[in-house]
Amino acid sequence: MTAQLLLQTLLSGILIGLVYALVAVGLTLIFGVMDIVNFAHGEFLMLGMYAAFWGFALWKLDPLFTLPLTALLLFALGAALYRLIIRRITDAPMLSQIFATFGLMILFRGLAQYLWKPDFRSVGESVVAGKVAFAGLQFGLPQVVAALGAVLTTAAVWWFLRSTRLGAALEATAADKEAAALMGIDAQKMFALAWGLGAACAGVAGALLSTYYPIFPEVGSTFILVAFVLVALGGFGSVAGAFWAGILVGVVEVVGGFLWDPAYKMVLVLSLYLLVVWLRPQGLLGKA
Amino acid sequence: MLRVREIAVSYGRVPAVHDVGLTLESGAIHAVVGANGAGKSTLLRAVAGLNRIARGAIELDGRPIHGLPAHARVPLGLSLVPEGRHLFPRLTVERNLQLGAFTRRDAAEVAETMAQVVEIFPILEQRRTQLAGTLSGGEQQMVAIARGLMSRPRLLLLDEPSWGIAPMLVAKIFETIQQINARGVSILLVEQNVKRALSIAHRATVIQTGRVVAEGTAAELLQSDLVRQAYLGM
Repeated sequence: MTAQLLLQTLLSGILIGLVYALVAVGLTLIFGVMDIVNFAHGEFLMLGMYAAFWGFALWKLDPLFTLPLTALLLFALGAALYRLIIRRITDAPMLSQIFATFGLMILFRGLAQYLWKPDFRSVGESVVAGKVAFAGLQFGLPQVVAALGAVLTTAAVWWFLRSTRLGAALEATAADKEAAALMGIDAQKMFALAWGLGAACAGVAGALLSTYYPIFPEVGSTFILVAFVLVALGGFGSVAGAFWAGILVGVVEVVGGFLWDPAYKMVLVLSLYLLVVWLRPQGLLGKA
Repeated sequence: MLRVREIAVSYGRVPAVHDVGLTLESGAIHAVVGANGAGKSTLLRAVAGLNRIARGAIELDGRPIHGLPAHARVPLGLSLVPEGRHLFPRLTVERNLQLGAFTRRDAAEVAETMAQVVEIFPILEQRRTQLAGTLSGGEQQMVAIARGLMSRPRLLLLDEPSWGIAPMLVAKIFETIQQINARGVSILLVEQNVKRALSIAHRATVIQTGRVVAEGTAAELLQSDLVRQAYLGM
């Protein structure tokens, strides 16, 4: 085994890790602002994939071109779900909250199977097909573009939270709902915004993945498990934590799978998770 | 300007305030005093919209506001500086102050208010980029009051401003409250430190176990047997 091969796998791990991170950023945003675990988060990703798929299948529009539309669509879906369902369970016992979002997960999977069949689908002939090579290393162009799109989207969310008036209001609501209300901030609007943004993050990740990943109704289950690990690993509610945890997990998964056996990659990821929560229960960047 | 008409507030099934009423004239400092647990904070929180009232009414400039959620009362000119300050500890002082002006859209006007609060609390200029959670109790109270002023309220509600700050700073805080009042802001002040509160208030209401037991000008109350015996230890 050469150093070059190891570098190749390391970078491949970072590429997928960046996409994982984007999914987790959406999840941690929702959790951070309102302490609700969204089990249907993987389905937002699945719907993002199908949005990209149908845009291509029906109108020959590339997933990258329809990306802003997909983001908008998922934002609207997330905000609408909050208004229609989640709003009613914000003060409910934790089990009711789990069942509500778990129910949404099953509903969306069922709907996708019913409407679009359980078949594996893929977006053929995307504009980002092909390979990129440099310094003797080779990567699929779709993977590189997806990672780039994911990191740009994560950066945009980060900028929004840090530098805008609404972003500050969102952080204030996450930190102290009563104090935020005393500033004149409407928590209901902030919760809807968090759900919209969270869903949009997952949807964008789905659209980016659609150029190289099979599209099927249960695709969310693969990603939601990793996203949960990242949210806990990075520190509940920490966007930066989810980002770094994403890269870490991507690398552990790909490099570990390469050195050992790809079949065991989740074992490595979950072992890493157990190790971190054992040593640092609040996660890498979480508040103690 | 503010009229509280015989309100009742309960926490679950435990009543905290019964039939409490008070009238605050525009431009006045009105103190609500009483022992710990008497229902003073509950009253203030009800005015701000953090507690729902079961009976009665709360009117601002003659308009009922008790049906509005807390966030919708801020644009009407009402601002609560809560007990325990409730700053956003992981955000900078400047960001805390900006959040205080959340309901205002005109950046130039907000900057002007920012300059005014820095004039009232000069220390904020040096603390601008520091995280609010790292300040001392007294400085945090200053940030909390400054943040409460950023929405440019006509009525400022202060809940235990002397809570958890060094005794030598308490006098400074009360002096500042008078300064703010002199700029035309009406003040409803809840305080356990009865003597200090009455020394700056125009009028006051004394509450015991959720009921009003005395009401009058601060001078009258300072002379009354009730206040002298129960709160001033004379």
